[in-house]
Amino acid sequence: MMQKPIATTREATGMPTGRLAVWWLIASEIVIFGGVLASYLMQRFAHPEWADAAAHTNTTAGAFNTFVLLTSSLSAVLAHNAAEMGQGKKAANLLWLTVFGGAVFLVVKTFEWGAEISHGYTIMSAGFWSFYYTAAGIHAAHVVVGMLVMLWVASYARKGKELQRVELVGIYWHFVDLVWIFLFPLLYIAK
Amino acid sequence: MAETIISGGHPAEKHDHGHDHGHHEQSFWEKYVFSVDHKVIAMQYMFTGMAMGIIGAFMAYVFRMQLAFPGTHVPGFGVVSPGEYNALVTNHGTIMIFWVAMPVLIAAFGNFLIPLMIGCDDMVFPRLNRLSYQIFLLSAVVILLSLYVQGGGFGGAWTAYPPLSAVAEYNNTPLGSTLWVVAVALEFAAFLMGGINFITTAMNSRAPGMKAFDIPIVVWFIVIASILFLASVGPLIAGAIMLLFDQNLGTGFFNPTAGGDPVLWQHLFWFFGHPEVYVVLLPAMGIVADIITVFSRKKLFAYRTVIYTAIGTGVLSFFVWAHHQFISGIDPRMANIFTVTTVLISIPIAEMCFLYIATLFGGSIRFTTPMLWALAFIGEFIIGGVTGIFLGASGSDIYFHDTYFVLAHFHYTFFPIAVIATFAGITHWFPKMFGRMMNETLGKVHFWGTVITFNCIFLPLFVLGTAGQHRRIYNYNHFPELAEPWMQDLRVFATISLVVMLAFQVVFLFNFAWSFFNGPKAGKNPWRASTLEWTTESPPPHGNWPEGLPTCYRGPYEYSHPDRDEDFWPQNEPPAEPTPA
Repeated sequence: MMQKPIATTREATGMPTGRLAVWWLIASEIVIFGGVLASYLMQRFAHPEWADAAAHTNTTAGAFNTFVLLTSSLSAVLAHNAAEMGQGKKAANLLWLTVFGGAVFLVVKTFEWGAEISHGYTIMSAGFWSFYYTAAGIHAAHVVVGMLVMLWVASYARKGKELQRVELVGIYWHFVDLVWIFLFPLLYIAK
Repeated sequence: MAETIISGGHPAEKHDHGHDHGHHEQSFWEKYVFSVDHKVIAMQYMFTGMAMGIIGAFMAYVFRMQLAFPGTHVPGFGVVSPGEYNALVTNHGTIMIFWVAMPVLIAAFGNFLIPLMIGCDDMVFPRLNRLSYQIFLLSAVVILLSLYVQGGGFGGAWTAYPPLSAVAEYNNTPLGSTLWVVAVALEFAAFLMGGINFITTAMNSRAPGMKAFDIPIVVWFIVIASILFLASVGPLIAGAIMLLFDQNLGTGFFNPTAGGDPVLWQHLFWFFGHPEVYVVLLPAMGIVADIITVFSRKKLFAYRTVIYTAIGTGVLSFFVWAHHQFISGIDPRMANIFTVTTVLISIPIAEMCFLYIATLFGGSIRFTTPMLWALAFIGEFIIGGVTGIFLGASGSDIYFHDTYFVLAHFHYTFFPIAVIATFAGITHWFPKMFGRMMNETLGKVHFWGTVITFNCIFLPLFVLGTAGQHRRIYNYNHFPELAEPWMQDLRVFATISLVVMLAFQVVFLFNFAWSFFNGPKAGKNPWRASTLEWTTESPPPHGNWPEGLPTCYRGPYEYSHPDRDEDFWPQNEPPAEPTPA
């Protein structure tokens, strides 16, 4: 096992290194999703007929998922709060609750996509559907990664270790939420 | 960047590290293969980058031989088929940028120099650093494997424009083009991790007392370059996913017959591709800045302005990308705007070059090998910059587009960056990396042998490009107007110059290997430089400063200070007690 370098413990900016790195990670993610969304918008404006395809998306399921994902951020905030007060076990349980929210989101998404694919709307069907599955798919991958990291952080937090990580994974989870807030109107509501 | 000074942490840090030290013996694997030490990872990046450089140079040799002596047997390769020619050209470009310039200039020098120059013992995320190298190595394996799969390597140019890159019936390399995209995407992932590590390390782990404007220019520039990379690569990552889907799932993001738009890829690619030029340029400029101050024995002229010009260049670099697309059917009004921004970006870069020249003015210049490389960088890069004006202006670009004028222009930028500045950096920091001096005579032979032949390769290509010679042509004999004897003579001249240049690289490899074992011991500070990396042993031991990490008292370039007997003033030397008047 390696020893911790002194570099890791310094804070010349006054911000812990972990939090600083998460913000830079999010900055890099913003441009990735920015690229997807900008491409989609450029194509969408050039193709008014995509609205017909968009009319087949399930707005109710999308709205329900928006509600679930935003609510799961609440438990992430509460987990951070518990971690601040040193209550590792409580923080871990709240993280588990957040993971549960993410799981509900993914289950709903699976049924939604299953229904659409069975109606013949696949990623190859048309330009709209290509963007629909790609953008939401990249987002779903981020949800999965967020859940896995959260489980890992929770396993330490349960033992009262590395509690600062609870906040870091929370920041990331809020970002994943925020991306969905852009995706939901662009893919489901704009018809 | 906050200018807070840490105080008080220093003695405790020293104690902690000394305590941790003599405890464990590392095995060979732990020490050199799975190391988390920034210096070892830097060497891994450097040697991988050099190996890939040799592969990329061999590719250049093969396709230049094909152009000079079409259809003949190329020694060491055989007869070049059209598909192989395309794959060689494509992968030469891809490898030289993503697997040579990036790993050596940013990852190797960044890993080696950032912790040593800011006075700490490692990067802030050592295991992330190791993971970044491992993913990079995997990406290198994938790109090399892609050359040997069925159908051969991808041949649709390093810009990978669809529909050629997206549709297997067009490019005839179904697997090669997919592996190419996968390799590039893995490489991006590796450099995103590395970049976040560099940025946070430089922001958070500086030595006590080191304020933002006490950081050496090369560290500043590697960090700015990492930020540019991080902020520009996202759209291309998105584009790479879309291209992979187009190739393998049959989506039509870039396929006009399926309602897609091929120009969309060009936007996504060049939104990254142009800032990428500055991603590799800035570390090179930083290396040159450090070297010319050391060997002019003079403070860097207008230190802060140099940083501001780099930031200005970085911001502007996000608004120039469409100058690659003047003939792609973009709106002519947009072409006008991009002409203006492109010509504007030459201002901060020219200013930076002038500031370096002003640093030389009145200095006591020493023509060591690294200094020669640094000076050559400025001279050769200016040729690259000035010829860029013709291409940035949409009127003349319509004529020059896709000719050898473009090719010669960007080799006059990338060769100084990826080769000249790299050799400047290696010859300058070799004593610190390996504890021994390189041979100066061999170094100078290698320098002149490389720089003269470089100009002999690419100056004729400007002439050929102006005469209308198109890029990416397998055999010019198929085009009577391009097969005139004088044109073929210039092609042969360029190819022979390339072969001579490659032969001179043997001098470098010999010098490197010989000096590694037999060079005279370098000592801590052979160049009498003032930055922090020269205050520890050469090579620095694990933990960099075993007797305690340094504290910083002044800026990085305090040379020939009038109040001092010595002509340099190390950053870590405490100020003298004020003498009573």
